[in-house]
Amino acid sequence: MERGLFGFIIKYSRRDQLLIVPLVVLSMIFYYASLDLPKTIINQPIQGKGFSSPESTMAFLRLGFKLPDFLGGQAVHIFDGFELERTPYLIALSLTFLSLIIISGWIKFQINTMKGWMGERMLRRLRYDLFDHILRFPLSHFRRVKSAEMATMIKDEVEPLGGFVGEALITPMYLGGQALTALVFILFQHIYLGMVAFGMVLVQAMIIPRLRRRLLVLSRQRQIASRQLAGRIAECVDGVMEIHAHDTSNYERAEFSSRLGRLFVIRFEHHQRKFLVKFLNNLLSQITPFLFYLVGGYLAIVGRLDIGALVAVIAAYKDLPGPVKELIDWDQDRMDTSIKYTQVIEQFTVDDLAPATHQQLMDAPVLPRGGLVKASNLSLIDESGTKVVDGVSFENDLNEHVAIVGPNGSGGGDLALLIARLQIPDAGTLEMGGVDMTRAPEAVTGRAVAYVGSASYLFPVSVRENLVYGLKHRPLNAPIYEGEAKRTQEGFVREALRAGNSTLDVGAEWLDYEAAGVTNAQEMEDRILEILKTVDLEETLFEIGLRSPVGSIDSPGLADNILRARESMRDRLSGPELMDLVERFDPLRYNRNATLAENLLFGTPVGRIFDIDNLAVNPYVRKVLNDTGLSEELLKVGHKLAETMLELFSDLPPGHELFERFSFIAYDDLPKVKEIVSRVAAVGLDRINEVDRNLLLSLPFKLISTKHRLGLMDESLEARILEARRQFAENLPPEMTGAIEFFDPERYNRAASLQDNILFGKIATRQAGGSIQIGALLRKVLEELALRPLVLKIGLNYQVGTGGSRLSIPDRQKIAIGRALVKRPAVLILDQAAAVLDPSAQSRLVTSVLAYRKGLGVYWVLNRIDLANRFGLVFVMDRGQLVERGSFDELMAKAGPLRNLLNPG
Amino acid sequence: MSLEQEVELIRRFPIFSKIAPAKQKLLCFSSERLTYAAGQEIFHAGDVGDACYVVIDGSVEISVDRPNGRLVLSVLGCNELIGEIAIFGHVPRTATATAKTKLEMLRISKELFYSVIRENPDAAIELIRILSERLANTTAHVARLSNPEAD
Repeated sequence: MERGLFGFIIKYSRRDQLLIVPLVVLSMIFYYASLDLPKTIINQPIQGKGFSSPESTMAFLRLGFKLPDFLGGQAVHIFDGFELERTPYLIALSLTFLSLIIISGWIKFQINTMKGWMGERMLRRLRYDLFDHILRFPLSHFRRVKSAEMATMIKDEVEPLGGFVGEALITPMYLGGQALTALVFILFQHIYLGMVAFGMVLVQAMIIPRLRRRLLVLSRQRQIASRQLAGRIAECVDGVMEIHAHDTSNYERAEFSSRLGRLFVIRFEHHQRKFLVKFLNNLLSQITPFLFYLVGGYLAIVGRLDIGALVAVIAAYKDLPGPVKELIDWDQDRMDTSIKYTQVIEQFTVDDLAPATHQQLMDAPVLPRGGLVKASNLSLIDESGTKVVDGVSFENDLNEHVAIVGPNGSGGGDLALLIARLQIPDAGTLEMGGVDMTRAPEAVTGRAVAYVGSASYLFPVSVRENLVYGLKHRPLNAPIYEGEAKRTQEGFVREALRAGNSTLDVGAEWLDYEAAGVTNAQEMEDRILEILKTVDLEETLFEIGLRSPVGSIDSPGLADNILRARESMRDRLSGPELMDLVERFDPLRYNRNATLAENLLFGTPVGRIFDIDNLAVNPYVRKVLNDTGLSEELLKVGHKLAETMLELFSDLPPGHELFERFSFIAYDDLPKVKEIVSRVAAVGLDRINEVDRNLLLSLPFKLISTKHRLGLMDESLEARILEARRQFAENLPPEMTGAIEFFDPERYNRAASLQDNILFGKIATRQAGGSIQIGALLRKVLEELALRPLVLKIGLNYQVGTGGSRLSIPDRQKIAIGRALVKRPAVLILDQAAAVLDPSAQSRLVTSVLAYRKGLGVYWVLNRIDLANRFGLVFVMDRGQLVERGSFDELMAKAGPLRNLLNPG
Repeated sequence: MSLEQEVELIRRFPIFSKIAPAKQKLLCFSSERLTYAAGQEIFHAGDVGDACYVVIDGSVEISVDRPNGRLVLSVLGCNELIGEIAIFGHVPRTATATAKTKLEMLRISKELFYSVIRENPDAAIELIRILSERLANTTAHVARLSNPEAD
């Protein structure tokens, strides 16, 4: 990347910059003409110069010019023009003036548009280049940089560059031209006064940048401090658990405050100095006219200068400070942006950046498919200069299963990184099936080898997307664009090219089925299910699938399947022993295991409109309650509920666990409710204000008759709620139909989970052990109807969250191992990948992964040495060296390092 | 049966009787009403005791496992308290409780009971009284067992 900003600008935008020049010149001509014309309008049609009599005419649009004297000095006529009388002439000139303004404005607009394009393209190019650098950084570099700082640099710090690129060359040209013209003009009027003006400009040009030097230092400091601030915020976000766990929030506050304090000092000084410079700048440009008045006036008085010339000089000088000042501003901008640019580029300059060819797109690289893995003299030196892998040589079959063991810090993990070629060895070579892996491009290493570390990263997409992530090496089938879409796409590619960006279509099919060894989507699905079994994730995803809303999946026959399961469940639950376990939703009955809100809505709210906390203030719900006369009833229930809650909870200390679990009212709201209840006692329920009413009315919605046993619900109230339920559904305004999915025995409910869809009712809270029984029953039903894959499919669509945070750490590791298995690498490398699992799960996983990889190579750095007996070959590492190598039994037979490791002492 | 009736019910047991009325109500409100099918096990000997139960309707069989089969110790019915020992400390269940008929009970969890007692010194004193009485009884019982001639 170019070290300097101007190098970068000239290299990539020279052509665009040159294209603007003619426009700038053109705009100046029109600008000059529009300045000149008013003089003519005032002199001729208005003051009547040249119109000696009312019938006189003038030629409008007469075109011609006078040849210079050395060519004879004749006037050349191109067009004689239209003869016009005074008023039409005025109108014609005024219209011309208007069109000149419009044209010069339009040209200006064009220039700005071009500047904008140029700037945006350059910004895009720079950002892309920086991102490209991140992708090519050596792994060791990531130990030194912070992700948030990288992000602010690419996002914020280079942003002003876009604006500056448009000004970079055009502005000095334009302003410089203006200033120079004015200066020359003054010099011609009077040589001494001209020299004075010139001198002042020089002083300005010398002093101001000097004053700005400190400003530049400050702006660099400000940039670095702000970037570090961003990094610090990210650190606190990442380490928030530690902050809470160690009560260090106040330390962090102090730390942050001190950073802000330093930043404040820098920013304030910057601000102050900026305005000081501005003040001096203004002062200097005003001193010149002062000198003109004084010196010029004196000269005029003593008769050495005629007044006309003095006036002309002063008039011309008016045009000088403006451009000079702007030029100095531009210079300031230039230095500012240059510093920013250099600062950012420095951060992205790394010595051992991977060459671009290393990550080139390759369709079918030659991959090792058999033969031997040969490592000779592999060495890796870490940052402190220690040899963490020291001359490791080995040779074995490509499809061997190798366990790598050793005490902590023995270099096993580093060896794994070397075999995965995530680290480039400092010495030695690695060959797999005849392919030299030491120098191979990522297209080879990333497909032939898979690596899973001990804390793998998951992208914040679905489980499925994470599993197939390793198959996205290149776009396979670009989508076919037609008509408008085609033009848009072509424009997109054109722009990408102009900014030096990648033109690969992200909308193409990137999934390489072939790499996964399948031919179509269905087979892919089967492979994924197979892998879920192998990595022991099936049960977890099944549970997740049951709890996830159905809406996220579009599978043919889904509705039928769910309804069949629902029917089967109903049949099973109708047996005498089980019939009390679930209270099914019945449009004509009040469900006593559901909340009052659920009974009223008889559906699942979608979005916030019918959210249980908003129901009391929802105008439509209020209308239904009023129409059915329920408002008053519910208000009474709410009032009783409030009284009961006050009685039960009011003398508990804040934060008492019973509050969280049982109260209808939050602790902070208790005093408010207390006041409302006493107001009710004073004036009666029907005379309290709207706010109080809303609060009381909101309470009963969470009431579940069987659970709360407060005796507030009777059959007549239930009947009225059923009536309200009917009216609610019947009169639902069309714009709210999307806000609720009704419980319909004949349809599946998109917003509800699969489990709720199949149960189509509420598990009775009073039945001891009910949910366990129901869970078992549910599984049986799904198994019988062969719906397990469907549930897993829904589970696979589960969004894992940032870094996989919505899953447990062992589950994240399992997905990462699955992701490595999907792409069927020639060699699978795992560095303590299962270490976070509990011992028995770990043994299970190792066994099943090895079974799955039968006939394909595995290198597994184990934290539990006893698991090594499942592998064909064992490597024992110690202090970076491969000290022992052979089959488990062989090594155990002799009193070597492996035996020592397994039986210390 | 509503909350009020449940309160009436638990008030009869000495360990709950000294708790302030509002707290008795809170105890009931925060407890679970559970139904068991006949034959369903409520807890098993050796389990960690985490709650006590008040029988509202139906009957419960208390038994212990013996090598030669199950030995029924007693059958408890309406308005009886089961498993209250567990509430006092970290003691495993000494016997197994099974629903003999269809059964309805109020399950009062240990944490819940603790958090109510914590606010009620009177109830705590009452608890100590009950426990020391029981200890005295047990001591007397042990004394009798070790010295049968004294009877």
